[in-house]
This record gives sequence, C-alpha cells and structure tokens, in this order.
Amino acid sequence: MNCPVSIPTNADYVTLAHGEGGRLSRKLIQERIVHALSNETLLAMNDAAQLPRVTGALALTTDSFVVSPLFFPGGDIGTLAVYGTINDLAVSGARPLWLTLSLIMEEGLPLVILDRVLQSIAEAAQQTGVKIVAGDTKVVPRGAADGLFINTAGVGELIAPIPSGAATLQEGDELIVSGTIGRHGIAILAVREELGLEPLPSSDCGSLLRPVEILRESMGHQVRCLRDATRGGVAAVMQEWAEASGMTLSIEEQSLPVSPVVRGISELLGLDPLHIANEGTMMIAVKQGAGADAVSFLKSLPETADAQVVGTVKHRGIAAVTIKRTLGAEQPLDDPLGSPLPRIC
Amino acid sequence: MKYLDEYRDPEAARLLLDEIRRVSTRCWTLMEVCGGQTHSLLRHGIAAELEGTVELIHGPGCPVCVTDQEAIDFACQLAQRDDVILASFGDMLRVPGSRGSLLDARTAGARIQIVYSPLDAVQLARKHPEKQVVFFAVGFETTAPATALAVKQAARDQLDNFSLIVSHVRVQPAMESLVQAPDNRVQAFLAAGHVCTVMGYESYESFVEQYRLPVVVTGFEPLDLLEGILACVKQLEANEVRLENRYARTVQAAGNQSAQDLVREIYQICDRAWRGFGVIPEGGLELCLEWRQYDARTRFSEPALPVLGIDECRSFDVMTGHLKPPDCPHFRKSCNPESPLGAPMVSSEGACAAYYRYGMTASH
Ligand code: SF4
Repeated sequence: MNCPVSIPTNADYVTLAHGEGGRLSRKLIQERIVHALSNETLLAMNDAAQLPRVTGALALTTDSFVVSPLFFPGGDIGTLAVYGTINDLAVSGARPLWLTLSLIMEEGLPLVILDRVLQSIAEAAQQTGVKIVAGDTKVVPRGAADGLFINTAGVGELIAPIPSGAATLQEGDELIVSGTIGRHGIAILAVREELGLEPLPSSDCGSLLRPVEILRESMGHQVRCLRDATRGGVAAVMQEWAEASGMTLSIEEQSLPVSPVVRGISELLGLDPLHIANEGTMMIAVKQGAGADAVSFLKSLPETADAQVVGTVKHRGIAAVTIKRTLGAEQPLDDPLGSPLPRIC
Repeated sequence: MKYLDEYRDPEAARLLLDEIRRVSTRCWTLMEVCGGQTHSLLRHGIAAELEGTVELIHGPGCPVCVTDQEAIDFACQLAQRDDVILASFGDMLRVPGSRGSLLDARTAGARIQIVYSPLDAVQLARKHPEKQVVFFAVGFETTAPATALAVKQAARDQLDNFSLIVSHVRVQPAMESLVQAPDNRVQAFLAAGHVCTVMGYESYESFVEQYRLPVVVTGFEPLDLLEGILACVKQLEANEVRLENRYARTVQAAGNQSAQDLVREIYQICDRAWRGFGVIPEGGLELCLEWRQYDARTRFSEPALPVLGIDECRSFDVMTGHLKPPDCPHFRKSCNPESPLGAPMVSSEGACAAYYRYGMTASH
C-alpha cells in the first residue's frame, strides 16, 4: 500500500515523524538506539525493564543534560549523561547498576550526531559496567530544544560502609578536592563563546567510580562524605555541607589545584574557579588526620592524580564557608550568583 | 601561572605591610582609581590589614559603575526592537537602568548576546546580515582602542548592520573633578596600571604639578598594590609630590602609541554624564564626525526616553570617599548582588560588590 504522504525514510535528519510512534520511530529505536546500546534487557523491548534481585538497599537518582554545544573537548552530552548519573550514585556510596535513557531530539538533528552521542553513551556505559535498560525518545519541533536533551535515571546498590554524610562533619575533619577544578565550565565557555584559545581547554568529564572504590576500600569509615562538584563548583558543595553540618568549612586558596589554563582564563574573565562546574572532580571530607592517606590513595589513579587537601572543618565562625587568601586573612566565600557573567577589563 | 605567583608571595607581602606601618606616622588617605585594584585590595585582605595606617578610598574606576542610566535605558530600548541584536559585555547585563536592566529586557524577550571583545560583535553582525547588531561600548581608555578596531573592521567589511552605543569614559578628568571638589579627602592616587599601559602616564605630570598630589602608577596583584601604597606613603611622609611608576613591567611612559593613534583617529573628546557624578567636562569619548554613521544614536531614530525616578544609590559618596559601602543605608538590605540598587553592587569590580563579597574578615 502506498502512503499518500511521502515519508522521508532515509533522510539524514531527525524528523517529527521519528517521534510519532510509527514505523520510523521503531526503526530509529531498533536500528540506532538499541543497536548501539545492545543488551538483553533492552532487546526484550518490554514496557518496563525486568531486573534481577539485588542484595543491598537501592539508591536512585535522575538528572537532565542540556549542554550546548553537544560536543566539547574532553566529552559530549552522551558521556556527560552517563558519567553524571554514575558519579551521583558513586558519591552516595552506591555501585551503579542500571540506567534509563530519555532522548528529547529537536527536529532536524543530524542522525550522524545522534549516532556519535549514542556511541559515546555505549562506551561510557561499558567502561563503567552499567547497563542501559529502559528509555524513551521524543521529537520536538525545530526551535523547541537545542539539538538534543538527555534525561537519565540511575539505580545502584548501596555498599557498606556508606559515607555517614555531611550532617556528621566535625571540627578538624579534612577537606579534599580530587583534581584540578573548573575544567568543565571553562571548556564549555571556551567553545561556546568561541574564545579562540589554542589549544582548547578540555573538560574533566569522566567517571569517579574507581576513585570512590579505592577510598572505600582503603579508608572505610574515615570517609565522611563525598560529592561531585558539578554546577556551582566546589563553592556550592561547601555551602551545602556547611548548611547540613552547621559548621564552617574553610579552605586555603594556595592549596587549591587549578590548572594554569583555567586560572588564566578565570583571571581574564573575572570568574572564580571555585564557582565553575566540574564533571569528574569531587570534594571529599575525611576524619581528622586521614587527609594525607586519602590523597596518596587518590594520587595512585590517573583520574585523581592532582588530589589535594584544601581545607578543614571548624566551629561556625564569621561565615558558613570561608577562604584564606594570600595574606592569611579568612574571608567569607559567597554562594555563586546565577550564571557567572564575565567582566570587561 | 608562575608570573602571578611571584606577585602573591605571602612572605614578601608581610615585609611590605610591615614597612608601610613602619614609615607611616599618621593615617594617610589614598585613592585607588581602578575597580580592579579595589577588588584585589579587599580580596587579599590588604585594606583590612592597613586599617588605621592607610585609609583606602575606592575611586570611580569601574566603567560599568559609572555608565549613565540613560545609556542603559537606550540599550534596553534598542534591544527590544525585533530587528536588533544587542551585544554587550557580561557585567553590563545586571546593572539597573531607570527602567530595569538588560537582563530584565532579555527575560522580556529582547535579543541580547554576551560578547568578550568588540570584534566578537562585528563577527555577530557578519553572521546576522538580516539584523542590526548594536554593541554597547563601555570602558575606559583601555577598551576604547579595541572598539575603534571593531569600527574599522566593520568599515572594511562594508557592514551596514553594525553600530555602537559609545559610552567610553576618560579617567583623568574624573580624577580632576574629584580633587576639585571642596571636600576632597584624597591625599595621593594609585593610578590604574592598565589604563597607563595604553595611554602612558606622561599626562599625569601636569596633574601632579597642578594639584600637588602624588600619583603612583600601580598594578593589581597584592605585591604591586603594596609597593604602590608604600611609594605613596613615603612621598607623603617626606612631603614630596611626584609621579612614580611602580608598574614598570607593563607600563611605559609614552604608553602604546598605535593604540593611542587609533583612539585619536576614531574618537573625539566630549563631555559625558557619569553615573553618580553628573556631567564631567571632557569625561568621555564619542565617535568623530566621519565615523558617526556607526553611532547607534545616529542610526536609529528612537525617541530619547527620560530617565525615570530617583537614584537611591549612594555611589557618588562611595566613590568620593565620603561613605564606606557597608555604611550605605541600603548595603546588604535593599541592595545586594541579586537585586542591586546601584552599579557598584553589580559590577565584579564595583566597590560595594567587593565589600559584599570580601567585607567581613577575620585575622589569621
Ligand atoms: S550599597 Fe548599593 S545603594 Fe549603597 S552605594 Fe553601594 S550600590 Fe549604591
């Protein structure tokens, strides 16, 4: 039977028809998505993924990814979506098991772009040993989205010892940053705003599974809390922890690991690396005296080779979060205010 | 960035602080002209360290802070036109005009694009031939050459969809208007290093002569600032009045000649309204006649909007050293970075924002 309306079956772009549930939708899902992410659960194509029983308690998290541009030095929206969700589980003390994947595509998205993102997703999932077990696709009219939005949810199994959490922070606890800060935000800014930097700074987008594992195995209960320092950067994590614990978190500017590129661009644009997003760097609080050991364990892994003790937890003082700068005076460190707007001179 | 670390060495800073305390026999009042210096002084705790030894007045040196409300209103007005993309530096976006900020205009649908250099705005005009791209050109002598280059680039590319709201301001006339005020408290100036990089500092000779006040060209890192302060204090203590350059690694007496030529070619000096100050004679730069077609005010026949309401912000008192930001009745109350009453709270270099961020300091 001939369809009265011609459907561009072999078009190179996502069309609204791809989202209408018909043949094109099925083709897109089966030939591109399921194919790229192949695993038995997905292949079964059930309405809901049927998952095996696990022994421990579960952790569940969800996140949406709307990064522009879709590709940037050091990663893309696909790796970001997988690592972002996995890292959220890891820092909560869970071993990530399953992810769901929802794709919201803008009409006109080139299929080669979709394929590249799916490839990244597949690789990141494989590398971290998680399975993508359920998903959804939607197509929205041109202009209603910025190319591609991704939503993921992740389920993990909590593994003892689970970090006791920010509310248990105590005076003398040591604060650690797992790597150089601000790389993701600066990488995105540099490509998005065409700053013309050579070479382009690259994002730290990556998995924190191994570093968390090594900390768990070697430090056990000495680790109080962990958090990946994404939007709002290290400063935002410190604010949250200070609020949860009622303590003052104090860091020293001079011990913060900041790469020369990030530092240079931040100086130039009047931004503070402490407020800039990371995607593979976390903050860790350990009991007093455990900082040096934790750092030496972290340094044995390439992804956290730049880990540093950066500060301590104190009784609540002049402000919830403080920073010691050059001359040793302790000053409040403010919450980041909206998106940073670069200054002019 | 080794280059920076050298100028942040805590040991050397301590020595300089001690030296400043040692040579001061009374509390001197200095003005750092530039907002970048204000931030560094507070961020590194220098102002607090020197309390009682040197009083630092935070000068008018933040171009965002002194941009007249009328210019911001005009920028918002143009941005709301369907055929216009307004290009602006980021920190102009939050500054309140009398009818809201550019950010408010953007929320209401205006097309506003953040750029990092005036040439980015030209690039935008090239990319969008169907739109008029208007660049909001604010800044001191430092940014004026880059804007001039953008105009010449647009002319070379024969772009007829690029224009400017020229709000460039000149530092020295503002310093003059400050010291001429009957209640002037400034005893010496830390001149802004980067303005001098472009304009040189020879022109300060006559200023020093005429007003009998020391001027020391100073950089932005803690050690730069401490050296500048020490140089001022030494002159004051010795009852000397000189022009000194303490930023020799960047600043030459004659400045950057080609940048100055560019400025002379494109602009002419004009009287300009400074926010908080009123009109400062010779306080600004405007496009000269042959480049006037790139002036947005020439290009668009928008009716001039009257500036609404009264400005409650006490920025003038802050910039003249008669009010410390924390003593402003609005500070941290009705005025904060999220809802600023005045520009000094908005700009990353504004004095009020600096106090807001770094104000409370505990000693070590
Ligand atoms: S605190 Fe606000 S109102 Fe007061 S001078 Fe500063 S910017 Fe103006």
